[in-house]
Amino acid sequence: MTGTVLAPAAGRPAARFRPAAAPGTGAGAAPVPSFGAFVAAAAASGRLVVQPRMGFCDPALMRTGLERTKAAAATTVGTLTIDSYTRVGDEAAARASLAEGVPLNGYPIATHPAARTRRLLDGLLDDTFPVQVRHGSSRPESIIRSLAAAGLDATEGGPVSYCLPYGRTPLRESVDNWARGCELLAALVPAPRVPHLESFGGCMLGQLCPPGLLVAISLLEGLFFAQHGIRSVSLSYAQQTDPAQDEEAVRALRRLAAEFLPPEVDRHVVLYTYMGVYPRTEHGAASLLEASARLAVRAGAHRLIVKTAAEAHRIPTVDENVRALETAASIAVLTERHGMPDADTADSEVYAEARAFVEAVLDLGADVGRALRTAFARGYLDVPFCLHPDNAGRSRSFVDRGGRLRWSDAGAMPVAPSLVAGGRAALTSDGLLAAVHGLAARYDTAAEPALTG
Amino acid sequence: MKILLTGTASDSHTWNLVYLQLFLEELEHRVVNLGPCVPDDLLAAACRRHGPGLVVISSVNGHGYRDGLSAVRRLRGEPGLGAVPVVIGGKLGVAGAQDPERAALLRAAGCDAVFDDGDVTALRDFVTALEALDVFDALPDRATA
Ligand code: B12
Repeated sequence: MTGTVLAPAAGRPAARFRPAAAPGTGAGAAPVPSFGAFVAAAAASGRLVVQPRMGFCDPALMRTGLERTKAAAATTVGTLTIDSYTRVGDEAAARASLAEGVPLNGYPIATHPAARTRRLLDGLLDDTFPVQVRHGSSRPESIIRSLAAAGLDATEGGPVSYCLPYGRTPLRESVDNWARGCELLAALVPAPRVPHLESFGGCMLGQLCPPGLLVAISLLEGLFFAQHGIRSVSLSYAQQTDPAQDEEAVRALRRLAAEFLPPEVDRHVVLYTYMGVYPRTEHGAASLLEASARLAVRAGAHRLIVKTAAEAHRIPTVDENVRALETAASIAVLTERHGMPDADTADSEVYAEARAFVEAVLDLGADVGRALRTAFARGYLDVPFCLHPDNAGRSRSFVDRGGRLRWSDAGAMPVAPSLVAGGRAALTSDGLLAAVHGLAARYDTAAEPALTG
Repeated sequence: MKILLTGTASDSHTWNLVYLQLFLEELEHRVVNLGPCVPDDLLAAACRRHGPGLVVISSVNGHGYRDGLSAVRRLRGEPGLGAVPVVIGGKLGVAGAQDPERAALLRAAGCDAVFDDGDVTALRDFVTALEALDVFDALPDRATA
């Protein structure tokens, strides 16, 4: 874990990491591409895997995006980000948009025929370049069928994290859909292949959710996946407002995973570059991305999903994605790992809070899906600012003077709120804007940083 | 006035809706917030039930021009909803720029205003003007008129 990795010569292309044969395959058998094994092998050789959030409706452009991701001077995995129509199950609208020539905000995987998606992946998807499908659907069945039919086996989801931030599907239904979704993925991608599922729990609404709750939801969704037959998972955490608190959160997630996940389940932690309102300036966007790459390496996340300089404005281009990947990778290489193994076992504030949530939920019963539903119904888990009818909506958060995200109101949750100086002010539209734009404003107005690398 | 605030059928973003609800309430209107991912049927039914003085559609996911068009056509085709003022705004396309042609389609379909630059000051002015008009003409609630 210790030691600095040498920076690659400036501008050297194709600094790609190619693992030897993937583990777990019989002697002489062709290597079986596996998302989890790829990330584990990269981590073992001290490389951070970086990944874009990239999706285009045009298969040719989508292929170019994957080619460029694969060829980037970074250890990368590819992404197919799915469009909003497919996410909400409106395949007719996705098909009509293609016919009308209206650009979508992602790749409509259930609308393009499987053969078309296979062709787009042909020669790109292999054991040196896994590709993940990211979609945000509370009704994932047709997406899972489509990705499996296209030869893919890695995706993202979660009964809570793909429900509360993503529309109006009742939580009960989403839990059932995701239980069946996990089982379907396991059945459609049989051994020796290893289907991989990432929880989006570390993001939720993208901003203003104190880390303890994000860590707990991600861990609980990992447990849910394991209960429904998935043997390779990733647990997520999205960068928030304070680097020290974020480092605690990533370490807490790793420790809780070691304590709670069944030992045979392969796992890693994936960090998301800030998911809330993003800096509008190029230098603000780049320095926030760089901060996330440093955080990932320092705290021991094995994969980072990046944001581009276009984030605050529109869907990013392929070039912008590649630039973000290479920036993050070059910063990661220059970042020294913390050699403090005990930092993972320290009882940090975030760990204590996350553990309180996890225990409160697991006390509700052995079936994690059912326990999650009960926990939301009783307000033990309560995501701030979430409009979903199955969320209690009594919790509130704030950023304290030191920059840490805290609870000003904990509702019925098993954690104590912080005392807010001057009492809790009523929420106003200006106050909300200031809160969601706070971090972006800090990065936009900071002096242009010296060029790194 | 009673304002019906809604996301579009494919759009799950909610911070825009939380913000707009506060913004409109601060202008002393009653807001019914339908939340995200509102299918056209649900929107039409909610309009019939609530009889709002204004419908505000918000979308930021890049499908807004298309989803908004479908929503407005649906409302305008509904008996009794031909005249209720409807506005839309946010980030309506994926290109990060306004698309005047598609904004014109929205207006032609019956949208009273298109704020595809996300300008909330312009929305406030629209609401203020609408109120003045309503007071001046002493119109009954348009939705039920
Ligand atoms: C937080 C966030 C999320 C969260 C949302 C959680 C939730 N439930 O809300 C998560 C992570 C889940 C998410 C998911 C997705 N997101 Co998002 N998200 C954002 C982000 C980072 C911040 C949005 C935010 O909080 N804004 C704060 C609110 C208060 O402001 P606002 O929404 O911008 O609205 C302002 C104005 O537009 C205006 N306004 C809005 N509506 C209206 C209406 C009227 C009438 C008026 C006058 C004004 C107005 O008022 C507001 C105040 O200024 C933005 C990028 C950014 N801005 O940095 C992307 C962004 C909006 N997302 C985007 C996309 C595409 C998605 C996804 C489809 C995934 C994808 N393909 O990338 C999914 C949504 C799935 C779906 N079914 O729609 C794109 C939209 C692209 C475009 N329009 O060109 C953006 C711009 C990111 C990007 N660059 O790609 N997202």
